[in-house]
Amino acid sequence: MSVPSCQLFDQTKEECGVMQSPLVDFSYVGIDAILEQMRRKAMKQGFELNIMVVGQSGLGKSTLMNTLFKSKVSRKSVLATSQEKIPKTIEIKSISHDIEEKGVRMKLTVIDTPGFGDQINNENCWQPIMKFINDQYEAYLQEEININRKKRIPDSRVHCCIYFIPPTGHCLRPLDVEFMKRLSKVVNIVPVIAKADTLTLEERDFFKKKIREELRSNGIDVYPQKEFDEDAEDRMINEKIREMIPFAVVGSDQEYQVNGRRLLGRKTKWGTIEVENIAHCEFAYLRDLLIRTHMQNIKDITSSIHYEMYRVRRLNESNTAVTQANGIPEHHLSAHEM
Amino acid sequence: MSQAEKMKQGQFTNPETPGYVGFANLPNQVHRKSVKKGFEFTLMVVGESGLGKSTLINSLFLTDLYPERVIPGAAEKIERTVQIEASTVEIEERGVKLRLTVVDTPGYGDAINSQDCFSTIISYIDDQFERYLHDESGLNRRHIVDNRVHCCFYFISPLGHGLKPLDVQFMKAIHNKVNVVPVIAKADTLTLRERERLKRRILDEIDEHGIKIYHLPDAESDEDEDFKEQTRILKASIPFAVVGSNQQIEAKGKKVRGRLYPWGVVEVENPEHNDFLKLRTMLITHMQDLQEVTQDLHYENFRSDRLKRGGRLSSHGYVLPLSPAKAPEPEEMDKDMILQEKEAELRRMQEMIAQMQAKMQKTGEE
Repeated sequence: MSVPSCQLFDQTKEECGVMQSPLVDFSYVGIDAILEQMRRKAMKQGFELNIMVVGQSGLGKSTLMNTLFKSKVSRKSVLATSQEKIPKTIEIKSISHDIEEKGVRMKLTVIDTPGFGDQINNENCWQPIMKFINDQYEAYLQEEININRKKRIPDSRVHCCIYFIPPTGHCLRPLDVEFMKRLSKVVNIVPVIAKADTLTLEERDFFKKKIREELRSNGIDVYPQKEFDEDAEDRMINEKIREMIPFAVVGSDQEYQVNGRRLLGRKTKWGTIEVENIAHCEFAYLRDLLIRTHMQNIKDITSSIHYEMYRVRRLNESNTAVTQANGIPEHHLSAHEM
Repeated sequence: MSQAEKMKQGQFTNPETPGYVGFANLPNQVHRKSVKKGFEFTLMVVGESGLGKSTLINSLFLTDLYPERVIPGAAEKIERTVQIEASTVEIEERGVKLRLTVVDTPGYGDAINSQDCFSTIISYIDDQFERYLHDESGLNRRHIVDNRVHCCFYFISPLGHGLKPLDVQFMKAIHNKVNVVPVIAKADTLTLRERERLKRRILDEIDEHGIKIYHLPDAESDEDEDFKEQTRILKASIPFAVVGSNQQIEAKGKKVRGRLYPWGVVEVENPEHNDFLKLRTMLITHMQDLQEVTQDLHYENFRSDRLKRGGRLSSHGYVLPLSPAKAPEPEEMDKDMILQEKEAELRRMQEMIAQMQAKMQKTGEE
């Protein structure tokens, strides 16, 4: 449509008529104006994003979060702890920030899990995390089935879980496999290779291939999941991403002067690693995926698939409880096994 | 040139010369004999998978100790327990032979539950001590093979903020049995500032938990200044932050061993990049001291514990005569017990006799 349509709703019809050129397109209805309406509404409401970071201590989780959002959003920046002591049990720490860019407001919640994988005996260390995720689903469900429910249900569900793989260069560890196997069924998992500046390019490619093989052979479906591709276009884009995961990232919140520009990086005696240079590491790809291209998709999959599965299971459970209480023999209701 | 100076230079001086006894030649004799005999050294490497242990060992000794290595996948790792794999190579340099045994511990720290992962390692160390003790106490002591672990390189991950709980527990379990040298692996992950911070953290935590790592002996006061300075530098750099590599990279026109990254080349043998050279120097200059400490401290500890506990070591059908100076306690205890028993018996008999006498007196009176 080359005709300028009435995009701003506070322009009266006459004004539009004055602005319109004599070549009026009578077949134009103006349905596409809804995009602008949605945009204004979204700008007013703002967005919510809940990211969980999981990985052993020292893998650069907090630094990466700060680098991703170019501000001090991590637990370490907010809670001033001078000694980084490994906690004896896994703790779940949620920190929220309101950040804004070009008029778009976002409530970003970073959920940190200090203590994961750091103990000598790490059996069942994924349980507190599973419980937290399910608790968020439960809270949302409870609000949803309320008779007098809020207009906008506060969304504390975990949209994305970034799992940090230590850069051993060999293969996944049993802990990684166990964790991802269980959690990929309830939340979107984005695996990343942490502190990737310890791997040369050949080692990185070998490691990634090995990881993809092991994910495949263990039936672990990480984001973007194959079964949720909506159409051919989606599939094409996502296939390209699937061939690159896990992204090998390096994080930094310090700036250095490189070739006359100030860049985020790490300075060593043998060179400076530029975080946003795709020849050095894949941080830019991760940022694009999480923020610039797939953020809405991540939220959609969380609410329409993971949350729905939880909801179905929960409501079935309460159904069987009711039938049992009434002495009615329970049928075999499909319950999604964890 | 005076006799004394000639002696210092190790030259052969004619024993007929007056005022000269000749025992200053002894060190040369020892040197010649040791060179002929060759040296034995056993090095154990412990650390999680993927910390570059094998690469570092290959770089240190410029050999390939693991030619047919297959790294298992995660699924296989779930089933495995810690294994002990010893590989021996004979290296020769300028006529001096070194029989180097590297004891690798694959599987350490891999499992989800690493509670028991070091019992295998500790049993191995104890077994070597036991075997040596047995050989030493044997009849034919001519060819004792020394397989005791002289040194243990413990690899610490550079990714954490210090020692992990597993690191602390393991080092505390073995620091009385073997010389522990902590090494920070894959040090090219760290900037200089991060490296210094990590070293300080590790040293603090080692102090805090009372872990006894191997301490380099101070240079003697009569050594030359260079050596003293070198020892000072070495001591200040513990734990060593190392990078290993066996690949030759072209950098600044010359070939160096290193790792090629898109942002630069890490040179293994460049002291500004990492402490590899320091580690190698320490190992080579103090190999003898490591062996001595193993013999004089760890082995003696093991031996006295063992003899206090067990007493007799018998095998091959003969009973070991316990030398009176070394282990008198078990025999003495036996003798004491026999004496006590005999005394108790005597006392009982005396009581019975007294009773019988009393009875006889009574019947006599009646």
